[in-house]
Amino acid sequence: MVDHLLGIQGLSKSEIYRYLDTAHSFVEVSERDIKKVPTLRGKTIVNVFFEPSTRTLSSFDIAGKRLSADTINVSIGSSSVKKGETLLDTVRTLESMNPDVLVMRHSESGAPHFASRYLSRTSVVNAGDGAHEHPTQALLDLLTLRQHFATKKRGLEGLRVGFVGDVRHSRVARSSIWAHLTLGNEVRLIGPNTLVPTDFAKGAFGTDSVRVYNDLAKGLEGLDVVVSLRMQLERQEEHYVPNLDEYSKEYCVSERMLAKYAPDSIVIHPGPMNRGTEISGDVADGPRSLIRQQVTNGVAVRMAVLYLLARTVGATEEVGHG
Amino acid sequence: MAKARPVVIHGGTLIDAASDRDGEFDLLIEDGKVKAIEKPGVLKEHAEAEHIDAKKQWVMPGCIDLHVHLREPGEEWKETVQTGAEAAALGGFTSICCMPNTKPANDSAEVTRFILEKAKAAGASRVLPIGAISMERKGKQLAPYSELAKAGCVAFSDDGDPVADAGLMRRALEWCLMLGLPLSCHEEDRNLSCGGCMNESPRSLRLGLKGFPGVAEDVMIARDIELARFTKGKVHICHVSTARGVELIRRAKNDGINITCEVAPHHLLLDDSCCETYDTAFKMMPPLKDNEDIAGLIAGLKDGTVDAIASDHAPHDRDSKLVEFSRATVGILGLQTSLPLLIEMSAEGVLSRRRMVELLCSGPAKSFDLPYGRLSVGSDADVIVVDPNRTWRFAEEDIRSKSKNSPFVGRDLKGLAVHTFVGGRHVVVNGRLASEMALNTK
Repeated sequence: MVDHLLGIQGLSKSEIYRYLDTAHSFVEVSERDIKKVPTLRGKTIVNVFFEPSTRTLSSFDIAGKRLSADTINVSIGSSSVKKGETLLDTVRTLESMNPDVLVMRHSESGAPHFASRYLSRTSVVNAGDGAHEHPTQALLDLLTLRQHFATKKRGLEGLRVGFVGDVRHSRVARSSIWAHLTLGNEVRLIGPNTLVPTDFAKGAFGTDSVRVYNDLAKGLEGLDVVVSLRMQLERQEEHYVPNLDEYSKEYCVSERMLAKYAPDSIVIHPGPMNRGTEISGDVADGPRSLIRQQVTNGVAVRMAVLYLLARTVGATEEVGHG
Repeated sequence: MAKARPVVIHGGTLIDAASDRDGEFDLLIEDGKVKAIEKPGVLKEHAEAEHIDAKKQWVMPGCIDLHVHLREPGEEWKETVQTGAEAAALGGFTSICCMPNTKPANDSAEVTRFILEKAKAAGASRVLPIGAISMERKGKQLAPYSELAKAGCVAFSDDGDPVADAGLMRRALEWCLMLGLPLSCHEEDRNLSCGGCMNESPRSLRLGLKGFPGVAEDVMIARDIELARFTKGKVHICHVSTARGVELIRRAKNDGINITCEVAPHHLLLDDSCCETYDTAFKMMPPLKDNEDIAGLIAGLKDGTVDAIASDHAPHDRDSKLVEFSRATVGILGLQTSLPLLIEMSAEGVLSRRRMVELLCSGPAKSFDLPYGRLSVGSDADVIVVDPNRTWRFAEEDIRSKSKNSPFVGRDLKGLAVHTFVGGRHVVVNGRLASEMALNTK
């Protein structure tokens, strides 16, 4: 029975902390002169991306290499127009080469869950599926918050976290919402009715403690963490927003708004950013921003995930040596 | 061909909503017709007849399914007229109306006649073709309704491609009013459903699957009710899946509009929580709904708003379901599970036995104005004998269809059609196809 990481939904608090603790011990590896440990020597990791990605793919690739695993990147266009091999045939073909971990990115929600049911020897890591989950992004966000709040003598629990923007289409938001709910944090979803439907508050996450705000100022009030979400141009064509200008006037996370309504907050963004649309330059580059730490932590978190799934069972839990 | 022996079915409980019978009656089949229905004992003198002991069993009119897909011509690897008609007979359906979404579409007498010839050769249940509303089901040009009707079509539908053009729909209703035939409508506003693959709900939001809102169905039902009111044409609403849709139809009926509707068993027995694991076996159109909608459908079954149970039998090969949820084909098999699932609902007290028979027999007959679905002296002998207490586990081997896409595989079912007569022909004998038994004895 192999383990997978398909989502944050269903993970217990201790499982979340286990990933974070392990990631914490890997942070230091990337700061060394020789950025490599032999932990996963002889293991094979295939990053199979059915959707284009730069940062997530390179982050997983670097993470695997720093653990001394052999990593292979396979990029496959997944446009439904381009009809070729089925998803199942692709992943079964890859499994036949005996990799230890299959890191999978796909444009359709549930694709890694579907694929994992047909694999018997390979661990699947969800690197983002449609508008569903992106668990390693949620974990790296948590690691970043943990580091920040440690300097304030606070932990990850008891925080007020607000997601601003296109929650409807965001897999990052879904994974992070699960994480913050498990940690007992207050979760607010802030945005226009079309992108943050009230259905989110109606038990979508099995709790009524998720609150929806259409008004940015009200939603920001008293937040500890602001998660700014990427706004995509096509939302305009799909009638979710009249135009990006109208959107940014109402929902852009700016220093002016934060200074007034959430003066003590920090800001994270999963990237890539649209400056001036969902986040202003003064926030992105300002003292509240933890955006670059997020990217750095991405490697450590992915090292932790790969390590926990691919390590030889029975091997010591000690990491970082060598 | 030698004249078939008369058959006496005795000792059973005869249930027929059309003639309001529910009690001990014996039934005589002769020359393809119901020759006599009598109190027990009266038909004993027919010594030359084959006698079927139906003790503890139900004798019903053959069920009618207004909505099936037979895939022939064009997708014979999924289903053929023969395998579909045989699955129907095994499931207790003596008449099935097949949708025109074949390749080519059934928009000409040639295709209609081809289907009818295949059905005749199959020698199982009656196959009643539904012609297209528009050429190639593209919603641009009216199909030749009179030609199709003369060739044997019993209704018209563009099936899964809803008629977006209200003006075309108006003229179609006006033309078909002359023929006395209904338009059977899959109700969906594509600008609202917008590629959605499951019920739009808090659950679809969480799963990140594109939602198909119930209102996409409701607005089209409302449109077609008003067009039926305006033209006086006959509209039949396919697979109603929303509580609001049922309410709209209820009001239309109260207004005296010429409208009927059907509900599929899966919309009554499965809900959208089945999509949790992205299992494509539960992907259908319209998508599975929540409990509130299901309660609305059941209320419609009880108060008579719903006229018929129709399975939307949709065979799909395994490969087309073994893909990402959003890319999988839609639909499930239904012909062999509808009757047992309805018997289960009736046994659980959701529906009366009489109402169940009405929804499976006389209700659909009335919706399409078919001369079947009733047991009266002189009517065609479409008769089934059902063992309502037989419990059996539905297995893939039981499926007669070429495709095996049923989420009910592995489920314990209650009730089985043990005998099926189609126009007096004994097609299913003791739960098995007569044609197969004959082959085996050769």
